Amino acid sequence: MATTLTVNGTAHLVELPGDMPLLWVLRDALGLTGTKYGCGVAACGACTVQIEGQAVRSCQVALSDVWGPVTTIEGLGTPAALHALQQAWIDHQVAQCGYCQSGQIMQAADLLAVTPAPTDADIDAAMAGNLCRCGTYPRIRAAVHAAAVALREG
Amino acid sequence: MANWGKIARRTFLIGSAAMAGGVAFGVWQYRRELPNPLDPGADGVALNPWIIIDQSGVTLIAARAEMGQGVYTTLPALLAEELDVAWDQIRVIHGPAAQAYFNAGLMSHALPSTDYDRTGFQEVMVEAMSVLPKMIGLQVTGGSTSSLDAYDKLRQAGATAREVLKQAAADRLGVAMGSLETRDGRVIAPGGVELSYQDLAEDAARIGPPRQVELRPASQWKYLGRAMPRLDMVEKVTGTAQFAIDVRLPGMRFATVRMNPHLGGAMVSFDARAALAIPGVERVVDLGHGIAVVATTTWTAMKAAEAVAIEWAPAPYPDSSLEMLTVIRAALDGPANSKLRDDGDVDAVQIGAEDQVIEAEYSVPWLAHATMEPMSAAAHFTPRGLDIWTGSQAPGFAEMAAARAVGLAPEQVRCHVTYLGGGFGRRGENDVVVLAARIAQAMAGTPVLVTWSREEDMRHDFYRPAACARMRGVLRDGAALALDGRVAAPSVSRQAMARMTGNAPPGPDKGHVEGMFNQPYAIPHYRVTGHLAELSVPIGFWRSVGNSFNGFFMESFIDEMAIAAGRDPLAFRLDLAEAEHAPSAGVLRAVAEMSGWDRARAPGTGMGVAMTHSFHTPVAVVIEVTDQDGAIALSRAWMACDVGTALDPSIIEAQMVGGLVYGLSAAMMEEISFSGGTVDQGNFTEYDALRQHQMPQVAVRILETSGHIGGVGEPGTPPAAPALANAIFDLTGTRIRDLPLNKRLRFVS
Repeated sequence: MATTLTVNGTAHLVELPGDMPLLWVLRDALGLTGTKYGCGVAACGACTVQIEGQAVRSCQVALSDVWGPVTTIEGLGTPAALHALQQAWIDHQVAQCGYCQSGQIMQAADLLAVTPAPTDADIDAAMAGNLCRCGTYPRIRAAVHAAAVALREG
Repeated sequence: MANWGKIARRTFLIGSAAMAGGVAFGVWQYRRELPNPLDPGADGVALNPWIIIDQSGVTLIAARAEMGQGVYTTLPALLAEELDVAWDQIRVIHGPAAQAYFNAGLMSHALPSTDYDRTGFQEVMVEAMSVLPKMIGLQVTGGSTSSLDAYDKLRQAGATAREVLKQAAADRLGVAMGSLETRDGRVIAPGGVELSYQDLAEDAARIGPPRQVELRPASQWKYLGRAMPRLDMVEKVTGTAQFAIDVRLPGMRFATVRMNPHLGGAMVSFDARAALAIPGVERVVDLGHGIAVVATTTWTAMKAAEAVAIEWAPAPYPDSSLEMLTVIRAALDGPANSKLRDDGDVDAVQIGAEDQVIEAEYSVPWLAHATMEPMSAAAHFTPRGLDIWTGSQAPGFAEMAAARAVGLAPEQVRCHVTYLGGGFGRRGENDVVVLAARIAQAMAGTPVLVTWSREEDMRHDFYRPAACARMRGVLRDGAALALDGRVAAPSVSRQAMARMTGNAPPGPDKGHVEGMFNQPYAIPHYRVTGHLAELSVPIGFWRSVGNSFNGFFMESFIDEMAIAAGRDPLAFRLDLAEAEHAPSAGVLRAVAEMSGWDRARAPGTGMGVAMTHSFHTPVAVVIEVTDQDGAIALSRAWMACDVGTALDPSIIEAQMVGGLVYGLSAAMMEEISFSGGTVDQGNFTEYDALRQHQMPQVAVRILETSGHIGGVGEPGTPPAAPALANAIFDLTGTRIRDLPLNKRLRFVS
């Protein structure tokens, strides 16, 4: 089945089954490997991307159900043009193994879009679904606060 | 302690100069020069196995697996400190698997002595033990040894390269070497003449290295001792860091495996017809004790693997974890494998009327590593051999295992080490590499990426073994007079050695009792015996290994002794440590001060302390818990570690917190259980870990008094579980002696 999928501003015509999760379309068909597979059951958040600006677990969204343009970590910012969250992640030296961080950052981007000045409780509520086995949580929290300030001050 | 600096310096000087190129030393055979494994290409020059200089700049070889612990930053900093290259000019690669990159630090753990008692004799033994890993090319990342191993070796390599570059400049300019300086990748001569390292590299490669170079004192360090920007950070926040699961090659196919969940059991038969009927499925490969499906996407492969009808043979171990625990408990009364501590005479202690005797038994469950990146490897089998891309903690072993599996010579296999999406010990195993190699051989000519499903990963781990302990203590006048500890578990060391080298060494298993026998406590009568349980469940190295369970047994029991003696648990430990090992006492004093330990507890809060000495680093932890409507919340934690010399404080802090979180996750909620011979848990829904909203505020203090480089990746884990259990006792009055804690109480969720 041919489906048109817009990812990071580029339209792709993909010939794939409609029930294939967006995660695998991104990774295996489009080669966008920044979005990670962690659990396949929406329990870890590693596959978080945005559809129309809303954070979703791409392992749970079938290709035929994608309702709008998709943004992945590669579309949020690049090494040459970092998003404020990515800059804050660097400033706070957040990542250890780094595998979960694409999902953490995409989830945080959703939080800041809705809640520009989040409290610690807001961060807890928004980020509880994103697992990190390296234990980078304190630096994630600090980086979210810092990015929020940077975005507000524009 | 006194001889550490002298002896280590002397031996490493010779060893590293030999490896830095050209100079052969005949004292011992193992000091012969190792072949330089680098092929820098037509226009590049490899000055030694750690440095490549070509026209685009300087590339440093980390040669250790980057699994989050920061080796791609700390190891280059060691090289760059002496080489004088600007931080933003440095490129880092893992480099090939090669004997030159052996890890001598790893063997420092192999000796059956306590590692806080560093006498000259033991240090000589440590150096002599480095023969073994060198001979077998033990390029292993583990045991929190990377910095210990690299500290002198890489600074020597950087200094040696700098000196030959200066020599090359001196020769070309006709000036004395002493008049030259080096800065930001250039040699600077009097009068402002500058020559870049690139310009000098070819000449420098023809110059024999100096026999001896002076290493710079810490007071002159530019990079070491500071929080440097991690060199892997930009990639990891932009989705551009390449893990094994991200390797993409032209024409690549995507595969997954489904192996017998009755671990070690065979496959009786399988029927792949339904799987082969799924569009996109190209091949079902018979792997003997399981199958692989090769398809056009990973999702198709995973779906099809589930559609294969398979009859499995049973596992060679008891059906349930309850039966397994019975076997482990029974081992406590069986023959002892080790008695690595036997101070005083525990059996001869006369119990007086005023003395108190306390006894307790503890147990912990099997645990999975549950790395965020499930097991994965890419492989390409061609007429020129086999290429494998994976996040391996032991690429030399991986190449050998893969070669054996597909009938190639080891030199026909090349293991390209990617970033690791978590390691924790799991990625020192070769199972994923062997399966990928066999699938690639079946698909000869076509590159294949093999990704395990989370469920496959969880159910086919090399688990942290279940373990139990029986502890007995005698208290006299408020102090510990005797401690008699017995530990029982299957032997990780023996099983892992048998897997890697074909046979298990006899003799006492140190890893089995580490964290109990070697703790820096002056107890007059102190005995620890290890008892090995025979169970064939696959087990392996799990962050901090034996310390992960012995830390819980020992530090829970020390707490019980303190309480029974009517003493403050922190002061009780401080008395024991002060007489034995000053740095261990130091970390206890630090957390007492940081946490305000001596202040009255607020209502509804409890505080617990634990101190463990592992991987050459003492770590003390205080955890504060609060009662929130009947659920336990972890509100704050304080950690202090003594690493001797802090090479990168930011990375050390991150590793301490990470080690704590890994230990707390296991203590609070993790358990692998077996029913019907298979693992019950399949995903994070059943095997969860600590999350952002459960994370306490943590403060870390780094001390530098121990006099030697300590490990940082693992020693934060062992004190986590006992500090939490002790805090819960302080809050609730209930002593919990088995893990995970959530079987007995409720945490805020």
